[in-house]
Amino acid sequence: MSTVAETQIKLTPEHDARPGATVRSRLQDLLPKIVLAPSFAATIVFVYGFILWTIYLSFTNSKTFPSYAITGARAYQRLWRWTFESDPPSSWYTSITNMGIFGFLYILICLALGLFLAILLDQKIRGEGMLRPIYLYPMALSFIVTGVAWKWFLDPGLGLEQTLHQWGWTSFHFDWIKNKDFVIYTVVIAGVWQASGFIMAMFLAGLRGIDGEIMKAAQIDGASTFQLYRRIVIPMLRPVFLSAFIVLAHLAIKSYDLVVALTSGGPGGSAWLPSNFMYEFTFKRNEMAVGSASAVIMLMTITAIIVPYLYSELREKSR
Amino acid sequence: MLRKFFIGTALATSFAFSAHAADVKEVQMLHWWTSGGEAAALNVLKQDLAKEGYAWKDVPVAGGGGDAAMTALKAMVAAGNYPTASQMLGYTVLDYAAAGVMGDLTETAKKEGWDKSVPAALQKFSVYDGKWVAAPVNVHSVNWLWINKAVMDKIGGTEPKTFDDFIALLDKAKAAGVIPLALGGQNWQEATMFDSVVLSTGGPEFYKKAMNDLDEDSLKSDTMKKSFDNLAKLVTYVDPNFSGRDWNLATAMVIKGDALVQVMGDWAKGEFHAANKTPGTDFLCYRFPGTDGSVVYNSDMFGMFNVPEDRKAAQVALATATLSKSFQSAFNVVKGSVPARTDVPDTDFDACGKKGIADLKKANEGGTLFGSLAQGYGAPPAVANAYKDVVSKFVHGQIKTSDEAVTELVKAIDDAK
Repeated sequence: MSTVAETQIKLTPEHDARPGATVRSRLQDLLPKIVLAPSFAATIVFVYGFILWTIYLSFTNSKTFPSYAITGARAYQRLWRWTFESDPPSSWYTSITNMGIFGFLYILICLALGLFLAILLDQKIRGEGMLRPIYLYPMALSFIVTGVAWKWFLDPGLGLEQTLHQWGWTSFHFDWIKNKDFVIYTVVIAGVWQASGFIMAMFLAGLRGIDGEIMKAAQIDGASTFQLYRRIVIPMLRPVFLSAFIVLAHLAIKSYDLVVALTSGGPGGSAWLPSNFMYEFTFKRNEMAVGSASAVIMLMTITAIIVPYLYSELREKSR
Repeated sequence: MLRKFFIGTALATSFAFSAHAADVKEVQMLHWWTSGGEAAALNVLKQDLAKEGYAWKDVPVAGGGGDAAMTALKAMVAAGNYPTASQMLGYTVLDYAAAGVMGDLTETAKKEGWDKSVPAALQKFSVYDGKWVAAPVNVHSVNWLWINKAVMDKIGGTEPKTFDDFIALLDKAKAAGVIPLALGGQNWQEATMFDSVVLSTGGPEFYKKAMNDLDEDSLKSDTMKKSFDNLAKLVTYVDPNFSGRDWNLATAMVIKGDALVQVMGDWAKGEFHAANKTPGTDFLCYRFPGTDGSVVYNSDMFGMFNVPEDRKAAQVALATATLSKSFQSAFNVVKGSVPARTDVPDTDFDACGKKGIADLKKANEGGTLFGSLAQGYGAPPAVANAYKDVVSKFVHGQIKTSDEAVTELVKAIDDAK
């Protein structure tokens, strides 16, 4: 492939005047663009086109089917009002507070646990090759499988509580999955179980990339292991933290299936996330306008997080 | 192997082409009756149609349940690719009819006399703007108690006639150490039970005003508050692990004798049948105490789409077969529901089915046949779901008092209208 291209480059100046060659070289310039065009067009239509369409629908009065007459921001007004209805909690209030709790704990615990496991595995222990896939394996499961497995495990009548009762510890009590105030934390548990191994692998790769000389120099200077990690290793892992954060943040925002499989929405809808809210309203309640408005708000929230990150990243590169 | 495949494809294409020339002898059906009893019940219809020379083709739905099917239907209709018919519920039929995509079966209806034989309350959903757009398949009713007879005998209980009787019965079960009430803590199950509680507490007039007409004064009345209080009383008799349980698991608790009673629609009977239980000897079916004489219904319908001319003959055949007396009897015996026309003989039905048919007839004549709000036959889906939210939040404690529940109910329904 490359030889053809090189010969072509050599040949072109000599035959520049000939029209055939110009067409050919132009075609060659165009080829990558032509090849990319279909996927580019698909992205334009199916991602950005439908984003615009959703924004448009959120300003209409669409119910079961899309309707195209703009009727104002009633859907947003309703969402805005629901945002402050905390007692009794509106479904939207539940969804966004759950998103806050779930997103914060999920990302934080995954990062902490992943880093901790990676540091332990990095101590040149025996059998690392076997341990790594064991931690990594949950990531290979879909959210549905994770959800169903944890649903059974956490069910007081089937799983952990029942088993411990049978073993004789009858005072043991763990019914979070049936409790409206704690059900969202079971979603965190299942989510962390699934993702922390993957985050561990990311950190492990980062740790392996750190220059051993620096570590040795620090040790010679008399740094303790704790200081070594706190002052040198963890600051050097900054890019890994950023990528892990992005991966976890988008997993957190799109975890719809985990909630459905694990809790089927929770008691009285207490485990809903905004994605559950969006699906329920658009497809089950025939309130397409409200569903679209909630989707737009989710998009705006993600944009508010991602754009500053992209901006800082791009600025650093151009420097 | 490969050659076989090519020949097969060629044959299939040629068949497809030749079939388009004349009337299409095929029924394309979107439905979610894929599990044991339901699939067997539907097979009766497939065979009836096969006798007339119509092939049956299921429209595949990924994911099973009704929601997935409705999402698939929305996509098909949006693409202009209508199925011959689709299983549909209540207001969905009217929504699609308002969008102008439903067919017109009025001629067939006249010829078959559906106007007279199908209860008027059902026609509200199968007739749009004077045109028949759907064929009702069955009538389910939700105000039933399903009781394990062995447990009932053990505790020496008798049929409860009033709500207070019912509470007394539950107390007896509690004292005997069985779970009194089997309930699945999902919002539709809680709301389905609440339908019966409202009917029992307020009577038929009140039920109609509050749950079908959505009259605001009734919704925030003291009777409604009393209904919520009664619901709260019932919830004290469930086991602590009820939240999120599926309805058929709750039925299984009654079948096994772990629990005394379940309040559920008559589809629960299918579970008893599947476990080889007989009504009267193994289990008992009573109307929810205080609701005898009224029927709170929901119904499965086959919505008929506006298909091209060459597919209309198949559609008419499907609709006629669906509402034929023989199919209505054969199907509903298996499904646990009762026929959607009141002139079907009840000879093949069991005791509960016979009672169901008689009750439906009486309720239809007496004007006490009401749509279930929880099952989407009382109001459009947005309102029905708002109602389910409030009931579920009340059961699970997000809404703490019946006063608050009533206020929330009015607000939620107002929002959803």
